[in-house]
Amino acid sequence: MTFGSALIYSLLGICVVFFALVLLMVIIRIMTAVSDLAEKKTAPVAPAAPVAPVATAVGGIPAPDMSAPVQTLKAYAPGSAGELKLYDTDPRTAAMLMAIVADELKAPINELRFISIREIKEDDQV
Amino acid sequence: MSIMTTLSNLGQTSGFYMLLSDWRQIVMIVLACGLLYLGLVKKFEPLLLIGIAFGMLLTNLPGSEMYHPELWDAYIAGQLRLTDIIHDGGLLDILYIGVKSGVYPSLIFMGVGAMTDFGPLLANPKSLLLGAAAQLGIFAAFLMAIGLFGFDPNVAASIGIIGGADGPTAIWLTSKLAPDYLAPIAIAAYSYMALIPLIQPPVMRLLTTKEERECKMEQLRPVSKKQKVLFPIIVTVFVCLLLPSVAPLLGCLMLGNLFKECGLTDRLSDTAQNAMMNIVTIFLSTSVGATAVYYRFLTWQTIFIIVLGLIAFEFATVGGLILGKLMYKLSGGKINPLIGSAGVSAVPMAARVSQKEGQRANPANYLLMHAMGPNVAGVIGSAVAAGFLLAVFGG
Repeated sequence: MTFGSALIYSLLGICVVFFALVLLMVIIRIMTAVSDLAEKKTAPVAPAAPVAPVATAVGGIPAPDMSAPVQTLKAYAPGSAGELKLYDTDPRTAAMLMAIVADELKAPINELRFISIREIKEDDQV
Repeated sequence: MSIMTTLSNLGQTSGFYMLLSDWRQIVMIVLACGLLYLGLVKKFEPLLLIGIAFGMLLTNLPGSEMYHPELWDAYIAGQLRLTDIIHDGGLLDILYIGVKSGVYPSLIFMGVGAMTDFGPLLANPKSLLLGAAAQLGIFAAFLMAIGLFGFDPNVAASIGIIGGADGPTAIWLTSKLAPDYLAPIAIAAYSYMALIPLIQPPVMRLLTTKEERECKMEQLRPVSKKQKVLFPIIVTVFVCLLLPSVAPLLGCLMLGNLFKECGLTDRLSDTAQNAMMNIVTIFLSTSVGATAVYYRFLTWQTIFIIVLGLIAFEFATVGGLILGKLMYKLSGGKINPLIGSAGVSAVPMAARVSQKEGQRANPANYLLMHAMGPNVAGVIGSAVAAGFLLAVFGG
């Protein structure tokens, strides 16, 4: 095979890869739009959303965006930072991780908001 | 028969005697021990490298008769049937059937699918573009293998796929296009994947400015369960219709993911992630290592493959970063270009490197979940590239 032919095959190959993944991107966008529309139609009229807790910057590190739409309307105890989701992580490990993060950031743990903790396993490699 | 004759015969049939017949066998044993050292002590991809190195050790011990490349040559030439190999072959010949038929890489992909969360990709579909751009390494190495080293197109395509940074895909394509080169290509692919934390950062720092690396990204939107369940089905239908040759790999990847996401097949998902994955990894790694027979492995081509593999990885990183920089500009500084380098696959190592480099520039930067999008997109991208190469050169 000549270098010219190899170059043409290479260009064709990269175009095929882009085409396939752009096609997937379009499909995901359509799927998301349809799914959001269906969820809006089926969603019951929600009661007034609870006021999001005021977040402050700690040690120069901006706080998470609390203006984002509230995911759940579950009522929490006063002062609660919301629900922490744990994936493949036991509460003891989660507590240690939160303490480590607070220590690393030099911030009081009650001024941080943890949303979820997921274990990324060493074996999870292709 | 005298005792001396018996002892002499015994000595001549021992492996030690046969070892002296060709010094290259000793070199291969030393090389296998070196790879074992990297896997056991340095912890370079130990799950695969230990099996590969041990397979390499077994196949180069003279007289062990565990793997017979000449049987496979005769099979490829149509002079033998698979039943003849089962009858006459050794243990590793029988295990190699799974590699040759493409069964092991596909089953590994099923396990990978069961372990992969496509949520970050669904939350930010633009990640797919970065996963596509990072396949540049495959085609750059393919071009160089032909232009600079004069490899045959099918071998060049197998070398190029190292740039996909995806071990099962590299083994799957090479076993079909260039089985004689399976060992060096698999070893190069897995070694460089293990070395990603050393290979990528210098290129990342070279191609990005401090301001770009410091860029913080907004939190990803939540993805519904329905979207996660529909995704593997839709991907399978569209991509396999586009490139039917990629169906075994992508179909298994998506089936594994469906097991994980549907919530009804936890037992199957668990088996795919653990028991099946572990068993197939043992079979795959030892039988791939066994193909590194001294008279085929110790050639200049192996050195060229190692060099081209490194070039492929670097170009893949460059491709992802360049598109990442473009997206940074077009988005008005909302996308950190460092996530582009994660498009090379190597899940989740490449995403961790993006996270580490981002945090190095700005300690408040958390890019891991953002980088997981291009990372899993890279898996799909490299499978598509492999399907393309098989469709073009496999006929």
